[in-house]
Amino acid sequence: MRGQGREESLSESRDLDGSYDQLTGHPPGPTKKALKQRFLKLLPCCGPQALPSVSENSVEDEFELSTVCHRPEGLEQLQEQTKFTRKELQVLYRGFKNECPSGVVNEENFKQIYSQFFPQGDSSTYATFLFNAFDTNHDGSVSFEDFVAGLSVILRGTIDDRLNWAFNLYDLNKDGCITKEEMLDIMKSIYDMMGKYTYPALREEAPREHVESFFQKMDRNKDGVVTIEEFIESCQKDENIMRSMQLFDNVI
Amino acid sequence: MAAGVATWLPFARAAAVGWLPLAQQPLPPAPGVKASRGDEVLVVNVSGRRFETWKNTLDRYPDTLLGSSEKEFFYDADSGEYFFDRDPDMFRHVLNFYRTGRLHCPRQECIQAFDEELAFYGLVPELVGDCCLEEYRDRKKENAERLAEDDEAEQAGDGPALPADSSLRQRLWRAFENPHTSTAALVFYYVTGFFIAVSVIANVVETIPCRGPTRRPTREQPCGDRFPTAFFCMDTACVLIFTGEYLLRLFAAPSRCRFLRSVMSLIDVVAILPYYIGLFVPKNDDVSGAFVTLRVFRVFRIFKFSRHSQGLRILGYTLKSCASELGFLLFSLTMAIIIFATVMFYAEKGTSKTNFTSIPAAFWYTIVTMTTLGYGDMVPSTIAGKIFGSICSLSGVLVIALPVPVIVSNFSRIYHQNQRADKRRAQQKVRLARIRLAKSGTTNAFLQYKQNGSLEDSGSGEGHVLCVRSRSAFEQQHHHLLHCLEKTTCHEFTDELTFSEALGTVSLGGRTSRSTSVSSQPMGPGSLLSSCCPRRAKRRAIRLANSTASVSRGSMQELDTLAGQQRSPAPQSRSSLNAKLHDSLDLNCDSQDFVAAIISIPTPPANTPDESQLSSPGGGSGSGGRASSTLRNSRLGTSCLLPETVKISSL
Repeated sequence: MRGQGREESLSESRDLDGSYDQLTGHPPGPTKKALKQRFLKLLPCCGPQALPSVSENSVEDEFELSTVCHRPEGLEQLQEQTKFTRKELQVLYRGFKNECPSGVVNEENFKQIYSQFFPQGDSSTYATFLFNAFDTNHDGSVSFEDFVAGLSVILRGTIDDRLNWAFNLYDLNKDGCITKEEMLDIMKSIYDMMGKYTYPALREEAPREHVESFFQKMDRNKDGVVTIEEFIESCQKDENIMRSMQLFDNVI
Repeated sequence: MAAGVATWLPFARAAAVGWLPLAQQPLPPAPGVKASRGDEVLVVNVSGRRFETWKNTLDRYPDTLLGSSEKEFFYDADSGEYFFDRDPDMFRHVLNFYRTGRLHCPRQECIQAFDEELAFYGLVPELVGDCCLEEYRDRKKENAERLAEDDEAEQAGDGPALPADSSLRQRLWRAFENPHTSTAALVFYYVTGFFIAVSVIANVVETIPCRGPTRRPTREQPCGDRFPTAFFCMDTACVLIFTGEYLLRLFAAPSRCRFLRSVMSLIDVVAILPYYIGLFVPKNDDVSGAFVTLRVFRVFRIFKFSRHSQGLRILGYTLKSCASELGFLLFSLTMAIIIFATVMFYAEKGTSKTNFTSIPAAFWYTIVTMTTLGYGDMVPSTIAGKIFGSICSLSGVLVIALPVPVIVSNFSRIYHQNQRADKRRAQQKVRLARIRLAKSGTTNAFLQYKQNGSLEDSGSGEGHVLCVRSRSAFEQQHHHLLHCLEKTTCHEFTDELTFSEALGTVSLGGRTSRSTSVSSQPMGPGSLLSSCCPRRAKRRAIRLANSTASVSRGSMQELDTLAGQQRSPAPQSRSSLNAKLHDSLDLNCDSQDFVAAIISIPTPPANTPDESQLSSPGGGSGSGGRASSTLRNSRLGTSCLLPETVKISSL
């Protein structure tokens, strides 16, 4: 009781300031509608019949949001489109559906999920880039098909497929070439995931230096951008990259 | 990590493709995880109810029973399912945790049962989801409080029996705190209560105007002035008693500083101090005013009743625990009073001959109106004043009605807790008695078995088979276990009655007991010492004058020597006799912690020597036919035992 008293008194003071909606507890949003609603509620003459017209829209909006549910195409189509077996697709979908009952992942969820794997640093920027890479139709949400398509390319695709996918990831504006600024953004986001406590300590210019070395390696014609052909060619010549491709062998 | 993380791990690993081209060093090879068999459906049979789930679901939480290899212990190969002999209703919640990642708390189940299930399945209670967390915590805390109360009540109720050597101080304190422990304390309790009442009544009656015997209407005096000496004497007596009580409590208190600061002692001091101050204050008019004020404090004696009444204490405790609500009430009332008093004052300012002479004067009107008393000594006359007056009375009702239910509910909760504690204390005694009975039942069963079993050992068909109860396999094994323990320690189990009797009879002089016992059955002093022959329906408790519970050291020695003595008159083979006597003597001289155990195992004479050799550390074996045993620990001064043995045996 005592503890609650303190919190309640705080909220009361905010009520008096007018920065806090007393009834719904949210900051006053659609003020006109809410005010009218509240006023109508106070008056005894205006019975419940007056209210629905006012509140109907908001109720409908909420209802719509909750019933949005995306269902993937059939299992056979997904089998054709991706390189996963039927069982693998089933397992993937069960996991996906469990986490996202509505059938789609939006950006916020995506960021949250990805951040669980990198607790030390800030992975939100990189997660955004990933989200944009997975969201092939750019509708702001990643459905199961997008998800599985991306995974199929990365885990079951050829080396060229993977490199293509990576290029797509780096190319933020999807114009076919990677500029230094784009690369710098990507690099910074990756270094952000490391967090503050690293050994040796992260320096400010580390991403920039890394970008410089990358461009040195990849940019054949030194025109300041890396095109897809340059990228694939340079990567295929790089032994480290080729050797690291076996990273994806046992993921699923 | 949360459940979802496991599902998304492949995706996160796949997303590492973005780092690949940027890596300046070769990335490490992937871990060689064995190829997953794919997902399969597991069947979990909980007390007959079958739950089926994917293996992956259970694997989400590898540090629980179902998620780790621990569940293999419960795997039943014949049926191909995991069988748990637990509550299926609770299991539902546990399984849902694996499925949804949130552990919900069932509302209609006992919280302790739920906790136990969680502990079994390896789930920590912190996993309870936010939706149910508050309720879970509240119920758990309530339960814990109740159990703690029980413990407290158990300990504090009658308290553990004071050790025999507790000082006068401890005993006095205990008498004060728990008056029902001894008659004297109870008497004292009631006497003080009576005198408190007398003192308070005297204070009250003192002020009543009483007519003198001559019926002079012009001179009506209060009784206090009429009979000053009588009242003074009564007051003195009461104060003397209170002072005595206070000083005694001060003496007996285990921590005097804490006692001095406690509320009850302060009340005591305030109750008796005015009297003493009055004694020393000179009776002149200057200070008599202050003296009169002091007399007011005498009414505090009534608070001394709170030691006698639990309800009063609860009320006080409630008020203390509702301090914040009361403070809020007071504060809001003050605010409202000031506001309304100001308003009323200015509303009535213009009127002539008005009572509202100032704002503080209007306070009285506001208070009387807000509490809906309405004495009517101050009333507004202007219309504005009347309007604001009515608003004042309406708001008064609201302001007062708000915190009051909180205080009431607090009081009711505390009161019921107390009631419950008292009820439980009373029930506890019955419960404990019943439990003791049940326990003694098993012990008796064992002793009974020993009797009958020992008869069986004798082998010969003595015809006592009809005494033998049929025992379950469990009982048989249990009794065998107890028997093994007896054999290991060379002592036998006996029951409380026998044991206490043995102790009681030890305190007597050796002679009397010995003679009496010798005159009795050939058991000899063995029956005296042990008197636990289970075959006898009645114990041979030899009642002797002046037997006390405390066992003196000297008497213990005598007992042991008697023990040594006892075997000689028993009919035995010579060899065994010598051996036993020798053993007992050795024993007596041996250790400080001497346990005199007289084990007479009824065996046919042929076996006796063997038995005696085997069980010699504990004492000799006795004659056949009787099982008498005693189990007793004593510390002996064994130094001068031998001569005594000789001495007694000469009798």
